[in-house]
Amino acid sequence: MARRSVQSLLVATFSLFLATFSTATYAQHDTAQHEATAEVSSHEKKEGEFNVTETILEHLKDDHSWHLWGHTSLPLPVILYSDKGLEVFSSANLVDEHHAPAVYNGNYAYKTIEGKIRVVNPDGAVNTELSAKVWDFSITKNVASLLLTVTILLLIFLSVASAYRKTGVKTAPKGLQSLMEPIILFVRDEVAKPNIGHRYAKYMPFLLTVFFLILINNFLGLVPFFPGGANVSGNIAFTMTLAVFVFLLVNFSGNKTYWEHIFWMPGMHWSMKLFLAPIELVGIFTKPISLMIRLFANITAGHILVLSLVCLIFIFKTVYASVVAVPFVVFISVIELLVAFLQAYIFTMLAAMYIGMATEEHHHEGDHEPHYNETDLEKVHH
Amino acid sequence: MVVGSVAAIGAGIAAIGAGIGIGQIGKGAVEGISRQPEAANDIRASMIVAAAFVEAVALFAVVVALLGNG
Repeated sequence: MARRSVQSLLVATFSLFLATFSTATYAQHDTAQHEATAEVSSHEKKEGEFNVTETILEHLKDDHSWHLWGHTSLPLPVILYSDKGLEVFSSANLVDEHHAPAVYNGNYAYKTIEGKIRVVNPDGAVNTELSAKVWDFSITKNVASLLLTVTILLLIFLSVASAYRKTGVKTAPKGLQSLMEPIILFVRDEVAKPNIGHRYAKYMPFLLTVFFLILINNFLGLVPFFPGGANVSGNIAFTMTLAVFVFLLVNFSGNKTYWEHIFWMPGMHWSMKLFLAPIELVGIFTKPISLMIRLFANITAGHILVLSLVCLIFIFKTVYASVVAVPFVVFISVIELLVAFLQAYIFTMLAAMYIGMATEEHHHEGDHEPHYNETDLEKVHH
Repeated sequence: MVVGSVAAIGAGIAAIGAGIGIGQIGKGAVEGISRQPEAANDIRASMIVAAAFVEAVALFAVVVALLGNG
């Protein structure tokens, strides 16, 4: 009996020792690897230490190839238009076997400099004059990601739409329908109806498209590896396009009252009217601009936060920094999930609000009349 | 180097402002809900929207700090 207990004690001690020892080696191995990768990445740029700002901005930027894993990336088509005509080639031609930018001789000699394709002279310097003539219509990482989003949106909504066509709107939803129906009803009942009023149906397609486009792009941006990883909704060109659509929609659906409130505010002294007109005129443009910056800044800030926390490991040059960094990254990522939804909601809600303000018929006095929906009345009855 | 630190101070000041703003919103919402618990859902929705507005202003400042830095 005693022998057996001694034996089991020995086994326990030995396995404990082994476990400790093996984790220690693992950790050492990991540290060495991290240092190696850090060294490689800093070697690729300038000699010296790891540059946090550069690394973070590089991850936020658009790219001509889509990073898959390790040193493997998916080359994307480069489409250039210059005075010598259109040319299409793979972005794999723009890097050499060590993943450093290389010169590709197309119509001109092209080289990627800071993520942008430039024309270079034989001596390697950038030819700014010729570079300005080249138009870059490439399918970059963001464009490819956007195409992926479009595919996902089409797959989801065509299947849901066909399900409704088959069973009608009166029967209970099934499968994917049950997920989408509450979200669509949320956009209709919480966003469109309270802000636009009885004319909401006309604007529902736009609001739903914007909502789901932003939502899916935000979610894909949170995925750190291949199918995600592109920073689409944190790209100011993307948010600007959305804001321009909102701008056009608001101003083209604006009625007489809307324009009257901008140029000749009713119920004011004439001097005040003169004073208010330029302010209101500027307001037409600041509304979509704030939409643009809000979405861009929120998503970009989230990405910067996550990347900075990951960079802590490389700043301290020890894998033990990940004990702090990784839980924080998980925590921030969970918050970012909320922000991803919230920003899609806010963009849609503000768009609906601006449309509602532009199409409002009555006068300003009762700016927001008390609004009761079924749930409120139910609560009153109980 | 000096530019970088000034930008960081700017971002920090923006964070103070946003912190006060979001704190006020949370205070208002909690007070409102405790006075009228049946309106909790509506209050929560408007609280989140208002907080997002305040947060956006702080993020504008962060973006400006970042651009100024670069």
